[in-house]
Amino acid sequence: MSVVEKSVSELHELLVHRDVSSTELTKAYIDRIHSADPDLQAYLTILEDQALAQAAEFDRKIAQGEDIGTLGGIPMALKDNMCTEGVRTSCASKMLDNFIPPYNATVTDRLRAAGTILLGKLNMDEFAMGSSTENSNFAKTRNPWNLECVPGGSSGGSAVSVAADEAAFTLGSDTGGSIRQPAAFCGVVGMKPTYGAVSRFGLVAYASSLDQIGPLTKTVRDNALVMNAIAGHDLKDSTSVPYEKPDYTKFLVNDIKGLKIGIPREYYGEGIDSDVAKGIQAGIQTLIDLGAEVEECSLPHTEYAIPSYYLIATAEASSNLARYDGVRYGYRAEAADVLGMFKTTRAKGFGPEVKRRIMLGTYALSSGYYDAYYLKAQKVRTLIKQDFDKAFEKYDVLLSPTAPTPAFKFGEKSANPLAMYLSDVTTVPVNLAGIPAISIPAGFVNGLPIGMQLMGKAFAEGTLYRIAYTFEQNTNYHTLKPNLGEVLARGNR
Amino acid sequence: MVIADKYEMVCGLEVHVELQTKTKIFCGCTTEFGGEQNTHVCPVCLGLPGTLPVLNREVVNYAIKAGLALNCEIAEFSKFDRKNYFYPDLTKDYQTSQFDLPICGKGGLEIEVDGEKKWIGITRAHMEEDAGKLVHSGETITTSYESSVDYNRAGVPLLEIVSEPDMRSIPEVLAYLEQLVQILEYTEVSDCRMEQGSVRFDVNVSLRPIGATTFGIRTETKNLNSFSSVRRCLEYEVARQARVLDAGENVVQETRTWDEGKGITLTLRSKEEAHDYRYFPEPDLAPLVIDQEWVEGIRKTLPELPVARRARLQGLGLSAYDAGVITSGKAMADYFDTALSYYSDAKTLANWVMGDVTRLLNSNQCSVADSPISAKQLAELLELIDKGTISGKIAKSVLEEMYSTGKDAKIIVKEKGLAQISDEGALLGIIDSIIAANPQSVEDYRAGKDRAIGFLVGQIMKATKGQANPGLVNQLLKQKLS
Ligand SMILES: [Zn+2]
Repeated sequence: MSVVEKSVSELHELLVHRDVSSTELTKAYIDRIHSADPDLQAYLTILEDQALAQAAEFDRKIAQGEDIGTLGGIPMALKDNMCTEGVRTSCASKMLDNFIPPYNATVTDRLRAAGTILLGKLNMDEFAMGSSTENSNFAKTRNPWNLECVPGGSSGGSAVSVAADEAAFTLGSDTGGSIRQPAAFCGVVGMKPTYGAVSRFGLVAYASSLDQIGPLTKTVRDNALVMNAIAGHDLKDSTSVPYEKPDYTKFLVNDIKGLKIGIPREYYGEGIDSDVAKGIQAGIQTLIDLGAEVEECSLPHTEYAIPSYYLIATAEASSNLARYDGVRYGYRAEAADVLGMFKTTRAKGFGPEVKRRIMLGTYALSSGYYDAYYLKAQKVRTLIKQDFDKAFEKYDVLLSPTAPTPAFKFGEKSANPLAMYLSDVTTVPVNLAGIPAISIPAGFVNGLPIGMQLMGKAFAEGTLYRIAYTFEQNTNYHTLKPNLGEVLARGNR
Repeated sequence: MVIADKYEMVCGLEVHVELQTKTKIFCGCTTEFGGEQNTHVCPVCLGLPGTLPVLNREVVNYAIKAGLALNCEIAEFSKFDRKNYFYPDLTKDYQTSQFDLPICGKGGLEIEVDGEKKWIGITRAHMEEDAGKLVHSGETITTSYESSVDYNRAGVPLLEIVSEPDMRSIPEVLAYLEQLVQILEYTEVSDCRMEQGSVRFDVNVSLRPIGATTFGIRTETKNLNSFSSVRRCLEYEVARQARVLDAGENVVQETRTWDEGKGITLTLRSKEEAHDYRYFPEPDLAPLVIDQEWVEGIRKTLPELPVARRARLQGLGLSAYDAGVITSGKAMADYFDTALSYYSDAKTLANWVMGDVTRLLNSNQCSVADSPISAKQLAELLELIDKGTISGKIAKSVLEEMYSTGKDAKIIVKEKGLAQISDEGALLGIIDSIIAANPQSVEDYRAGKDRAIGFLVGQIMKATKGQANPGLVNQLLKQKLS
C-alpha cells in the first residue's frame, strides 16, 4: 500500500515514529498529483516548492522534538475559493484568474498553525455555483471511479483529490450540497458543519447565509481531526458562533444502541434512483442491526426547499458578486467609458451559470418582486427550519441518500439547468436550516459510489460522527479504491 | 420672498454626518482625514473577496448618543441592509446601510425663529458606511480622460438623520441645521467640519398654495455641503418651482444636483430613472440588539445640551443674545464655563469673552479651543481689575501681552510695572505739580466749569502712564481744589 493511500491518522503515526518524514510524504503526494492529475484535473494550482519548503521546516521541528499535533506534517489542499496569502485564489473564474490575496482565510491560518502542508488549490464550479464542477473556467475534473462521469460539485476538486490520493485531506465549501454531493459521488467522507461553526472569513462568498466550510476525508476519524483544527469562533466573522468546541474525536465510539434515526419520506420522492434507494435501504438495515431505532418521518415543506434555496442563494450572490467590476482587482475589459467597462468586464469575466444566477437573484430582489420572491423564500426557510426542529424533538439524526443518483455523465445535465438544480433536493434543506450533515460512503451503483447523508441538530456534529464512525467500522465501503492504473500509467508516460 | 403671498414652502432634510470614531465602521482602519491616497485601507474596507465586516461598537455608541440628544427612540432591535448599486467609489458595489429597522426612531428638536419656537420632527437616523472619493482628470466622470479613486474614506461611519417635512421657510431650515450641528458638536458625536465634507445635506422641497393641506410634488437636491449652499439652493429651487406652478404646470418629481458655481439646480435623474437599490438584510452581520442598560449607560455620558446651557446662562444674568453667542459653539461655551469656575461675575466675563478675547482670536485666526490665553488666565486678569490692581484700560493691553507671550496677567503686570498707583503720598506729589502747571484749569474749575477737572485728571493719568488709580486721583484732586 502506497503511503498516499493512508488515512490522516495512519500518516500521523508514521510521522511520529519517524517511519516517514513530511518531506518524503509531500514528495509522494506531489508525484501522485503529477501522475494522476493530467487525467483527473483536480488541481488548479500546485505549490510544489512551497509545499516542500513547509515540509522541510516541519521536519526540522520534529527533529528538535517539538510537539507536532495531530495534523502536523500532513499534506492537504484547499478549494480555490479559500484565500491563501500570496497564492492565486481564482474561484475557477476568469474574473479572478490573476487574483492573489494579501491575506489568509481563517481556515488557511488554522491549518497552517496546525502544521499542515499546503499542496495546492483545487478545481470547483465557478464561484461555487454548480453541482458537477463543469462550470469551472479552467479545468474539467473527472470522477476517478469513471472518467466519463462528473465528480459532483461544486467542490469537485476537493472530493477527487481525496478519492485519488492526491491529498491526505481537503477542505470544500457547501452552500447547497457542494461538499456532501461530490463526497458521495467520489466515495469519500464530507461534512457540512453547522452554520457558524467554521469561520467564513476568507471564503469567497457565494451565498453568505448558506456558505459553510468543511472537511473531505478518507475516514470519519480524519474528518473529526480536521474539524478539531478548523472549527471554533472567529472574531473576524460576525456570523461565527462562540460555542464550546468539543474534541470531535471523543464521539468516535463504535456504538449507536438506542439512537433514534428518522427517515424523512419526502427525500425518497420522484427522481430518486431506485438502486440508490435500495443501497441506502441496505445501509439503514445495517444501522438497525447495530441497535439504532429507525422510523419513517416527515419534513412536510421539503418540496419548497429548491425554489426557496435558488431565490435566497442567487439574491445574495447577485450582491456578493457585484464587486467584480474591473475597478480594483481581477479581470478588467477595455471600454470607452466606466459603465461600458463595468458591463464588458462582467459579460466577459463571468461564465454562463454565474450570470444566470446573478440575473435570477437581481430579479428576486427587484422592487415589486421582493415580497413575492425573496421575502416569501425567507418565510419558507423558517418553515423548513421548523420542520427540522420538530423532527429533532423525536430523532437524534435524520437519514437520506446524499444525492438522488450516482455521478452522472459529463453534459448529461449541464444543458438543462433546472434538472441540475433539482438534483440538489436532498442537500439544500440542510443549508436553509443551518444544521450539520455528513455524507459517508454507503455502497455502489454500477461501479459508482453512493453516499448516505446524516443530518443533525445545530452543533451536534459529534452525534453525526458517532453514527458515521459506527457505520464505517461495520462496513468496508471506505476501504475500496477507484482503479487508477490506467490514469497513473498515462500520467507517468 | 416672491412666493410669500402665494405659495408655502414645505421642506425636509436628510443630513449625513460623519461620526468621529477613531476607526472605520467595519474594520480597524483610521478615519483620519487626508493621508496619501489609499493608505487608510485594508482588505475589509477594500471589499476584497472573502473579507467580512465586523461592526465597530463605538459607532453604535455614537449613534445612540446622537439619537438621545435628538430626542429619538433607540430601537431595541435594528439591523443592517445592503443598498445595491454600481459605482466605482463603492468597494463592494453595495453600501452597507440600515433600511427598514434603523437604530434611531422618531425624535426632534426645537428651533427659534424671530422669537417664535417651533418643534421640527426627526423621522429616523441610521448608520451607514461612507464611500470612497473619485478624482477625475476632467470635470465629471463622463467627461474625464481618466479617473482614479481614493478609498481612504470608504467605510468611515456616517449617521443619516432624516427630518420630517416640518420646515416652512428658509430661516427655519437654517435654524434647524444650526441646532442640529450644534447638538452633534456638543455631544462630540461629530466634529461637523463642513470644509472636510464631514456633514452633507440632501434637501427635499415642494410648494403648495397657501392654505392647502396636502403636499405638492417635491424635488430632492443631493449632496450640498454648507449652510450657504443649502440656503442658495432653496432660494433657487423655490423660485423655480414657483415659476413652474405659475405657468400652470406640474413640478416633476425628481432628484436634482446643485451646481455651486452657477448657483442652480439641475436634473440628475427622474422618478422613472430612480435607482432600484434592491435592499435586503446584510447576511454578514447579525441583527443589532440594544438593551436598556446600554442606552442608559450612554445617557449618563450626555453633556449639557445647548438649549439647557443657554437657559442656565440666562439664569446667571446674561441676555438671551449673549447666552446665544456664548453657546453657539461648544468650545466657546466650555471656555466660558471654565472661566466661570474661577470668576463669578458672569456678565463681565461674557463681555470680555465676546469682546476683547473673541476679537484677538479672530484677528489671529485662532479657534477658542487653541486660545493661548487659558480660561483660568482670563479669570485671573479680571480678578486684578476687581481688586484695583490694574484699570480696565490697562487690562486690555495686558490681555494682548498675554496672547502673544502666554504669560499670566500677574507676571506681566509685575514685569512691566503696570500696577495702579494707589499710594496717596505719591499721588499727592504728582497732583500738586499738575495743579501748579495748569493755573487756568484750576481757575476754571473753581469758577464752576466742572469739565476742567476732567482735563486735570487726564494730565495726571498721562504723567503716571495711566497707572494712577483713577478713582483715588479724582477724590484727592477734588479735596485739593475745594
Ligand atoms: Zn479597513
